[in-house]
Amino acid sequence: MLRRHHDMGGLEAGPVDPFGPGAEHDYAPWEKKVDAILRLVSDQKRRIMTVDELRRGIEELGPGVYDELSYYERWIASVTNNLIEKGVIDIDELGRRMAAVTEAWPAGGVTEAEPKTGGEST
Amino acid sequence: MSARFAVGARVSVRAAFPPGHVRTPFFIRGKTGVVTAILGPYHNPEELAYGRSGEPALPLYRVSFHTADLWRDYDGSTKDSTVVDVYENWLDDASGEKN
Amino acid sequence: MAEDHTHDHPHDHKHPHPFQPDLEDKPLTHYQAMTEAVGELLIEKGVITGDELRAMLELIDSKSPAAGAQMVARAWVDPAFKERMLDDVLAAAEELGIDAGGIPIRAVENTPGVHNVIVCTLCSCYPRQLIGLPPDWYKARSYRSRTVREPRKVLAEFGTVIPEDVEVRVHDSTADLRYMVIPERPAGSEDLDEAALAGLVTRDCMIGVTLAKAAG
Repeated sequence: MLRRHHDMGGLEAGPVDPFGPGAEHDYAPWEKKVDAILRLVSDQKRRIMTVDELRRGIEELGPGVYDELSYYERWIASVTNNLIEKGVIDIDELGRRMAAVTEAWPAGGVTEAEPKTGGEST
Repeated sequence: MSARFAVGARVSVRAAFPPGHVRTPFFIRGKTGVVTAILGPYHNPEELAYGRSGEPALPLYRVSFHTADLWRDYDGSTKDSTVVDVYENWLDDASGEKN
Repeated sequence: MAEDHTHDHPHDHKHPHPFQPDLEDKPLTHYQAMTEAVGELLIEKGVITGDELRAMLELIDSKSPAAGAQMVARAWVDPAFKERMLDDVLAAAEELGIDAGGIPIRAVENTPGVHNVIVCTLCSCYPRQLIGLPPDWYKARSYRSRTVREPRKVLAEFGTVIPEDVEVRVHDSTADLRYMVIPERPAGSEDLDEAALAGLVTRDCMIGVTLAKAAG
């Protein structure tokens, strides 16, 4: 593949939706939090990661995931991978904390995020 | 850093397809345009993206293309143009090319 | 209970749901949980503080197209300011007391012969510091793919028809700079003061997908 999937200038695509609900909506608090976290860890004081690393991480999600995830889902996936790679957070504490956060959430977690059974194990 | 190309220079974008993170869009690779501004030295995003320093910084240019040169069957006006910011490592001298 | 958000009302689809239903009524998604967890861990480790996070959220909320509109209105009434803005947007913003952040921004000017429109085909670069967070369509595959290939058709989908003898100039913000459009001052706006002029400057016209609003 010469063209990478995120590099979409000129490809055929459907009509733009200038007046759809996403044209004027406010961002959800968690989406703004993703934005804020990225800005803080990439600021001059911390310089833990760059926006270039954010973009690389998003591109490396691969074509399937890239299209499946929403904009800020891609961002937090990339930010988190970068923070793990750099040793700022580790997988074990992240997994435990995500479980705790979900446990404490009044409406619980989305069930699709639970491990799927019956898949081939590797 | 001294910029290799001056404003007004004809340049072609390398028809290169490296697998990693680059900021040169696919649709201008191999195309010829004109430098309309030199934006200054910027850290190399192809290095920054992998946690490296981005040094040495690269000259960054605004390159203007005739939109009709970019797409074989472009049906807009022949006046239309497309301007893309391109780092110097992606540009070759095209002053010898006739347009 | 002044605000009854218990959602026990019948679902009458004549009344659209608000854009922000009570978030805690919905199960947390995998990536929302990731966001909360990463935020908490960064604070606990002292990488960031809760105050810094709150201040950043407030800063993000404070950014809106009003800042860009104020600059465009000034550029319309003050040609020398417009030249300074075309030369250096961040310095021009500072003149008006606007914090445009540290990312370089360039302004491109619409004229009777040129209509500018901004896109980012590789991701979704956008001059947030001056016009706030981007609309969904700006980040969508359709806009990112088609704006460079058939800009006039995309503009027409916004109701913007550019005559054949006007150059459509598409800017793909691929690198370190962000772009904003200075739209043309609408005819009939001669008597308006700067504040009223700013009211004609929409987010979309600073992206270049529409023209400034008509006066009056």
